[in-house]
Amino acid sequence: MNIYVCVKHVPDTAATIRINADGSIDENITFIMNPYDENAVEAAVQLNKQTADAEVIAVTLGNQSAEATLRSALAMGADRGILITSAERLDSIATARALCAAIKADGIPDIVFMGKESIDSEGFQTMYRLGACLDCPVVSNALEFSMTERSVRVTCEMESGDLEHITMETPCVIGAGKDLNQPSYPKLPDILKARKKPLGTIALADLEMDMPVSRVEMISMKSLNEERQPTVIDGTADEIADAIVEILRDKAKVID
Amino acid sequence: MKKIAFLIEIKDGQVKPACLGAVAAAKDIDAERIALLLEGDAAQSLETLQSFGIQRVVEITTADGPIPWNADQWARAVVAVLGNLNVPILVGLASSQGKNILARVAALLDAPLVMDCIDINLADHTAVKSQFSGKTVARFRTHGEHHVYGMRPNALDPVPLPGSAHLETFETDLQDTGITVLDVQHNTADHVDLTEADVIISGGRGMGSGDNFDILFECAHQISAAVGASRVAVDNGWVNHPMQVGQTGKTVSPKVYIACGISGSVQHFAGMKTSGIIIAVNQDPNAAIMSKCDYAVSADLFGVIPALTRKLKEIS
Repeated sequence: MNIYVCVKHVPDTAATIRINADGSIDENITFIMNPYDENAVEAAVQLNKQTADAEVIAVTLGNQSAEATLRSALAMGADRGILITSAERLDSIATARALCAAIKADGIPDIVFMGKESIDSEGFQTMYRLGACLDCPVVSNALEFSMTERSVRVTCEMESGDLEHITMETPCVIGAGKDLNQPSYPKLPDILKARKKPLGTIALADLEMDMPVSRVEMISMKSLNEERQPTVIDGTADEIADAIVEILRDKAKVID
Repeated sequence: MKKIAFLIEIKDGQVKPACLGAVAAAKDIDAERIALLLEGDAAQSLETLQSFGIQRVVEITTADGPIPWNADQWARAVVAVLGNLNVPILVGLASSQGKNILARVAALLDAPLVMDCIDINLADHTAVKSQFSGKTVARFRTHGEHHVYGMRPNALDPVPLPGSAHLETFETDLQDTGITVLDVQHNTADHVDLTEADVIISGGRGMGSGDNFDILFECAHQISAAVGASRVAVDNGWVNHPMQVGQTGKTVSPKVYIACGISGSVQHFAGMKTSGIIIAVNQDPNAAIMSKCDYAVSADLFGVIPALTRKLKEIS
């Protein structure tokens, strides 16, 4: 069984994002694996352990430095990695096409995992586009997952806290949510072993894919540094509560 | 004339006010504004929608009645309507339901999609959204035959635009798409959805325990506010991850955000910095949040919040 997991190399959550003159971000910061992708890798690795004759292949698209995130996936237990190199940042439409082309060139997927969202571009769409390219069903924000012969059963959480119980035919794409599992953090021997695992690199231009007609073009980007000037409220608890009621009523107009 | 379709969501039988906010994005454009309805009472929704500039309401059903909830089926039905009516632009909400359906529609049409827009210009197909968890804002232009946008709930206020709309029904066939929704287990807790709340009261390390969140819930209940949490509160197991606001949790944009016992890490701010008014209640006057809020309350939250609950009870 071929278990694919798509991962993304993203700026660390604590990093300060600086924007270059050309509108790109200054990449001289720490990058990590997209946090939700850790749950995706963990799910793939767990499924691999339960399945005879299976293999986990981690795939990413990025510049050469994205290899670090693939190595992290290998240290977490993936068997092989595929790095699609692209100097420019692609939109979700082209990214999904590239991931699809790389997967198809590699093998026939039985299941594809990826994080439910990326914390950098926050596009909320690549998994659906990958599903459309692979012509297979997709669900997102999975928090429970089990697989039988030709189908999977997943519980997905909607933001309202409602839970959807779903069955899907395989192959399928599953967007991992934070509560799907507890990613295991690799130990030193795993990290050393990951360095020797096979990692193939393919240039975006060498993939067999048609570039899409539709696209999302970034026109400009700026840092959002909203400065607020705090007003101090003090007094007794009752006096403070009165002041907050006044803000809710007169300033925010959220109560009558 | 240009046509713009809006994907309408229903909550408790009513059109969600946030959808009316999304409709307001088209108020200055010479276009036919079409509402797409997949649930709820169409005649009742029409009453609301026509007061906010909708000219045409399309109820999407099957020959056997409404399409049972299945995001994939709903998305395919929306794609069918857009094709049938020749509508190039679809606007919806970046809500839980909207994210699920709009992304599927965009994938099926191979159309560009900008999700979680804080502003859109439907005349020149540009949209503004934050990225890197609110650390940057970017403007995008979509290119393609179709354009799909998901508006952040509450980013735009509804603008009354009274008129009259007509109601029509679009019947579609369901296809098996490989996804079966067995059932939906509704969240029975009487909690307000974080991403769509006008007011959010959040608790952090200062809460001390999961049980102490009860005082936040009680206060929130008085004004239909939602309760959120910082990552520390979630990591300590006091509350569940769906309540987490911040970089690896929800991004919210309420009119008022009340942070209780939250120090205000960069990651937390990433999830709530676009809030209208930020009120911080923290015993530590040197906490980071105290210099990045609109109102800094340096006091014990266990005194302030119950007092606030009492005052709100008195006036309600």
